[in-house]
Amino acid sequence: MPSTANIGWFADITLADRLKVGGKGASLGELARAGIAVPPGFVVTTRGFEQVLAELEKELPVRARVEALSLQDLRGIRLLSEELRTRLKGAPLPKDVHADIVAAHAALCRSDPNRPLAVRSSATAEDSEEASFAGLQDTYLWVKGVEAVLEYVRWCWASLYSVPSISYRRKDRIPEDGIAIAVVVQKMVDARSAGVMFTRSPLTGDRSVITIESAWGLGSAVVSGEVTPDRFVIGKITDQISGREISDKRRQDVPAERGGITQIETPEELRHAPSISDDEIKAVAEIGRKVERHYGKPQDIEWAIDRGGEIFLLQSRPETVWSGKDKAPIAKPAENPVQHVMKIFGGRR
Amino acid sequence: MSTTVQTKCFPLPSSLKVLPGTERAQAAYPYYMQFSKEDDERFWFYNSMHFPEPMSVFDVTTAEAAYCALGAANTRVHSLPTTLGIDYRIINGRIYIGGNAVTDPAEIARRTNEFQQRAFYYYEHWEELFAQWKQKMLALIRSAEALPKLSLPEFEPLEHVRAGRGIASNHYLLDTYQKTLEGYFRMWHHHFEFLLLGYGAYLTFFDFCKKAFPEISDQTVARMVAGMEAEIFRPDDELRRLAKCAIQLGVDDLFRNGITPAEIMPSLKRSEAGRKWLEELAVSREPWFNINVGDGFYHYHRSWNDDLSMPFASLPGYIANVKAGERIERPVEKLMSERKQLINDYRELLNSDQERAAYDQMIQLAHRVFPYVEGHKFYCEHWYTNLFFNKIREFGTLLTEHGFFPEAEDVFHLTHYEVEAAIIDLMTSWSNGSPPRGPARWTRIVNERKAAIAEWARHETPPALGPVPDIIDDPAIVMLWGITRENLDSWLAAGEKPDSNEIKGFAASSGVVDGIARVVMTVDEIDRLRRGDILVCHVTNPSWAPVFQKIAAAVSDIGGSMSHAAIVAREFGLPAVVGTGTATQKIKDGQRIRVDGGRGVVTILQ
Repeated sequence: MPSTANIGWFADITLADRLKVGGKGASLGELARAGIAVPPGFVVTTRGFEQVLAELEKELPVRARVEALSLQDLRGIRLLSEELRTRLKGAPLPKDVHADIVAAHAALCRSDPNRPLAVRSSATAEDSEEASFAGLQDTYLWVKGVEAVLEYVRWCWASLYSVPSISYRRKDRIPEDGIAIAVVVQKMVDARSAGVMFTRSPLTGDRSVITIESAWGLGSAVVSGEVTPDRFVIGKITDQISGREISDKRRQDVPAERGGITQIETPEELRHAPSISDDEIKAVAEIGRKVERHYGKPQDIEWAIDRGGEIFLLQSRPETVWSGKDKAPIAKPAENPVQHVMKIFGGRR
Repeated sequence: MSTTVQTKCFPLPSSLKVLPGTERAQAAYPYYMQFSKEDDERFWFYNSMHFPEPMSVFDVTTAEAAYCALGAANTRVHSLPTTLGIDYRIINGRIYIGGNAVTDPAEIARRTNEFQQRAFYYYEHWEELFAQWKQKMLALIRSAEALPKLSLPEFEPLEHVRAGRGIASNHYLLDTYQKTLEGYFRMWHHHFEFLLLGYGAYLTFFDFCKKAFPEISDQTVARMVAGMEAEIFRPDDELRRLAKCAIQLGVDDLFRNGITPAEIMPSLKRSEAGRKWLEELAVSREPWFNINVGDGFYHYHRSWNDDLSMPFASLPGYIANVKAGERIERPVEKLMSERKQLINDYRELLNSDQERAAYDQMIQLAHRVFPYVEGHKFYCEHWYTNLFFNKIREFGTLLTEHGFFPEAEDVFHLTHYEVEAAIIDLMTSWSNGSPPRGPARWTRIVNERKAAIAEWARHETPPALGPVPDIIDDPAIVMLWGITRENLDSWLAAGEKPDSNEIKGFAASSGVVDGIARVVMTVDEIDRLRRGDILVCHVTNPSWAPVFQKIAAAVSDIGGSMSHAAIVAREFGLPAVVGTGTATQKIKDGQRIRVDGGRGVVTILQ
């Protein structure tokens, strides 16, 4: 099935499509096109969301009322959030959007209509260099069957008006007009281990090291902070593992039998064992290097290793904390190069 | 100012007692090395890096000569802005040192002005001054080699008489001794002529890298700067060459594991091929076997030339490697291209072109100064120091012949003043026909001092003494000893938690390896190392490089990430942790240990 106005396959998407497919969708498409392994999937474009929102605006304004909210008005935010989420979840999908999702779902799942999928929000404002919007909108894992997908697409739309989402935008006074949401639907990785990777040290901003955090099971437990992950530091240039902290990983997220995910106790013998081998660390880091090279700047990345040992990227967004710190150069060239030694000999106090 | 925070403090010098029964041996050190009450006000640290064992009264000449020259270079020649020289004291044979920081801003400014006229000139004319240095150093070595053999004939040789020399042989003992001592003090001035400036330029680049890449390892910076052709690598290169020669000449079968030089020499002399190989050996020996098995600061750090067992012990391994088809030459070109790649890769990660331009300037300066930093050791600490101690040894032999003490090595238990006194005693005796006075005096004293050294060696000494300074801003202390405020805090803390199976040190060369520890205290023991063992030793030294072919990892008590063994370990791709302070004490021979060279941690696995 080819891409349509409502559906974009990863292979047809680039970063330039962000307004149509959101930050996450654009990034996944860009990665896939750059030859990085991402779980296959498609994006429900913002067109469907815009159509539904236009219908809702006819009944009662949406964007103008959100924009009028004050960050301090917690009660106002909560009430409007409840109202908008209920309306978005209840609104029927436009016929063509419905049909395109059903067709794309069938194309993605082929012979197994209950194949587990991830349904992930992809807002147009997220994962930009200025702001990550990380984790504000909903993600649904291990979703089985087209009916559930159709349902969760609307839930993702609704999450654009969750209390945290609205508050985040009000805090930064982001105009509502440009805000829309697409939804990523992709195959679920049955992760043996998963985690995040920073191609710039989150602790020191060092660009020459890659930090990898990893835990057993699905990455959701790491991203949500419910599990303290193992932590590794590997030289971007030297490829040497210079940091290695193995944590006690008491719990892990795994797929629930009837769909969705559940948390279980980690088997005793795995709790203190590294959740990723040295070879895998190097392979994950190598992907990190490739992605950073592709984008030309440091990235925050979510990754997973499936039970067959294959590595997938689930997300990559530009690093925002350190790049935002506009630092003065550490040193400038000196007219007489010898002058530099005064830093050592001239007294440091 | 309120002083609610208690100043952190190591034991005061005055609280450190001379071990009972060793008081006279302690008193033998010159008065200017003894602690006094005023020294309680200052911070001192034990220079275990250079002087890891109790020093005999003669060997402290190394400290005297080195600190005289270091201080002169810093204080008077280059005028380092924030520091003067180093004070040193000795107790229980352990040398403690303290820096003389300059803190008055006006004085720093005045010294800075001088520094920029002096040190900058050196940087700007580095290559020509260094070329000149080598000539000076070689001339000094030649003049030490040219000193006459000692002799006290019964009658003055007839040809001296007929030539009207007029000065009798006994005078030349004093003359030669004084020239020997003078040469050693002079050599140390050469040693420090460039050293601090060299380290400073290196540290400038190092400091930049640590700011730009806060998590970069010391060893990575070291790899970017290290030269590959330094003369300190030559002795090992020569061994590799001799291994190939042995195969080409067909005498390789003679070099069996465990064979001693005394056993193999006669067999080599018997055949044409063997004699050819011995000619090649002679070529290598001068000068490259003038490398000693320690850092050269103790009289018993003998050179390969003095004792061929070290180089010979390594030949069977090298020969086996060549036969197995391995390339045993140091892969200089590969190392150079790796260095270049490393420099470029880090350069690309920098923030701006401005930073890149500054980086280029700093790495270029570091590369310019580094041949000296790496190269001086062979000439100073090895070649010249061997000549010096061997000449003193000749005096020891002469004095032994005249009954002053039982063994030639005993001479090293006299101070250099006392050696001169003994020489004058002997000169007098030879001249007037009376027996020398020394034999009745020295044997007892020598025995007493030997016993004291043995006793001191049995006891540990505090790593530092006196109040901890708030900031350590002395480039000499930071550069040469790697001492920072953080180190001192960890030393203070180390006293509080004695039992741990982890030993920390400098991360010298990356990689993680488990293996059997071989605690090797002297070069005589290197035969015990089996392939795959982990070398645990006190000092790692370039002359030990040949053992790296068979070990799996290296651990040492002393040495920094720029120590030559650290460099050699990186070249061999072996994990190494250096500067642990206590590895040879904590690790028992035969224990299973893990070396994590990337983190600088050694774990005793039992």
